[in-house]
Amino acid sequence: MAGVRLDNVTKRFGGTEVIRSIDLDIADGELLVFVGPSGCGKSTILRLIAGLEEVTSGTIWIGGKDVTHLPPARRGVSMVFQSYALYPHMDAYKNIAFGLQMSGTGGETVDQRVRRVADMLQIGGLLHRKPRELSGGQRQRVAIARAIVREPQVFLFDEPLSNLDAALRAQTRLEIARLHDELKATMIYVTHDQLEAMTLADRIVLLNAGRIEQAGQPTELYRRPATRFAAEFIGSPKMNIVPVQVEAGEAILPSGDRLQVATQRGGPADLGVRPENIALTRAGEPNALSARVLHVEELGESRIIHAALRNGTALAVRHPADSPTPRKGEEIALRPDPDRLHLFNRDGLRML
Amino acid sequence: MRRVLSGAGLAIACIALAVFLLFPLYYAVLTSFKSGSELFRVDYWPTEIDLSSYVRIWQEQPFARNILNSVLVATSVVILSLALALTAAFALGRVRFRGRKFLLYTILGVSMFPQVAVLSGLFEVIRVLGLYNNLGGLILSYMIFTLPFTVWVLTTFMRDLPVEIEEAAIMDGLSPFVIVTRVFMPLMGPAMVATGLLAFIAAWNEFLFALTFTLSNEQRTVPVAIALITGASEYELPWGNIMAASVIVTVPLIALVLAFQRRLVAGLTAGAVKG
Repeated sequence: MAGVRLDNVTKRFGGTEVIRSIDLDIADGELLVFVGPSGCGKSTILRLIAGLEEVTSGTIWIGGKDVTHLPPARRGVSMVFQSYALYPHMDAYKNIAFGLQMSGTGGETVDQRVRRVADMLQIGGLLHRKPRELSGGQRQRVAIARAIVREPQVFLFDEPLSNLDAALRAQTRLEIARLHDELKATMIYVTHDQLEAMTLADRIVLLNAGRIEQAGQPTELYRRPATRFAAEFIGSPKMNIVPVQVEAGEAILPSGDRLQVATQRGGPADLGVRPENIALTRAGEPNALSARVLHVEELGESRIIHAALRNGTALAVRHPADSPTPRKGEEIALRPDPDRLHLFNRDGLRML
Repeated sequence: MRRVLSGAGLAIACIALAVFLLFPLYYAVLTSFKSGSELFRVDYWPTEIDLSSYVRIWQEQPFARNILNSVLVATSVVILSLALALTAAFALGRVRFRGRKFLLYTILGVSMFPQVAVLSGLFEVIRVLGLYNNLGGLILSYMIFTLPFTVWVLTTFMRDLPVEIEEAAIMDGLSPFVIVTRVFMPLMGPAMVATGLLAFIAAWNEFLFALTFTLSNEQRTVPVAIALITGASEYELPWGNIMAASVIVTVPLIALVLAFQRRLVAGLTAGAVKG
């Protein structure tokens, strides 16, 4: 097993810079998730590490070895593709074994390794089936088995769950986490789904337009987003962002309401507060904002109240399902948790 | 009522088409069973079954040798064309390089010249290579018209194969040769059967090159051999023999098409619809 290091890695396609001088250290045995909106370059980074794309400049190290110009097969990595990419004309066994056989590994060793990996993924009974006779989840397991059987130093996953339905996605997510524990391997995982990133990652790297927006543990990105982009990307429903004027330790909302904030700086800013950090309160309390309910969404375990302040500024509030919920059109008072307020300056950088 | 009428109309159209397509073959079969002066009477139904033409063609010229030549030439052309086209298709369909489009259209352009236009130049080439009156010359010259379409069809198919499969193979450490022969070739089976069959038919039926590049009876392929079947005198054209020979050489083609029929249809339509 081995760590991965990216040194000032840049990738240009024609004139457009897709990856902009990225530096990153991925520890041995870490499960690192690249997350970001489509077009942020997350898949490109994975393909650069895999060797399917050549870097424009910069160096890639795997296990302390410079692999920048090595072909994919000699980097000690294996990859699981979004579309599974199984060989359609070979059965599951052959799919898993083919790479090993072609690299000249002895027949008996191949068989042992294939069967062990198949057991690990509980596909032992499906080995004689062709990919078209397998369900999506089973195909993905075969694809993962094919990646594991090569015993790589680093696993690369390119949105492996996005072709699965919701129930299967949750289950396979758990399985990948279990596999990571079992194999203690370095895994690099790409997804556009922040929930997948949050649940799986040891560390999340949030990408935006080819740059690292923020890297850190899931809770860190959730609790202390470094930028407004990070704040809005992580968490569902999205963090509420309200443009404010900061003066003397108070943020003045467009509605005229004032909220105390722990900063001495002033000027225009964006105030962020997550729906789960806003509580219903009684009117007249300090820091209470009066609002009107626009719509209530039922999520089962909680409800999302969409409300508007006096001037129409929209706020989403997560409300526990077992407490009485206001109806549409009702006047309510909202109290954002003062310890969970985020302030971003006009450049989108965190002030508080 | 309308459905009955349109059904009947469709049936009539199908019958008309079948008659139009099959009548020449039917008439050839009919004629091949006749002999003597009967040959020149127009009949639409068999009046007698006289197999003497079928016996005579084997005796009066090296017809077996001619058939063997045709089989050899057509088979070699198919094998060589497919091997070259498959590897070319990998380069043209999967490798990005400067001038790829230009090359592709040049290959297509080759097939636009009429055979007569290249005949004299090709004759020189074949003479220089020492392939005159040799089956090798025919194999070489036939690839002029088989390669453009085999390359084009296989390139189109190759391009439609999912990129991820190739990338997965690369990650598996497979060499381009293994990828082409062990991963892509099985996936392109139907396309290869279809193009191979078309190449076989084209090579089997080719006349002009075969006539020009061979001299002796022993090197001729069947179309030329049949055309040069002569009667007892120069005033006699032995239609019975010619028709019998034609029927004999058509049968293998029909058998081939029937044998590969299912895969042929799959090959001609595959790629049109996903899945």
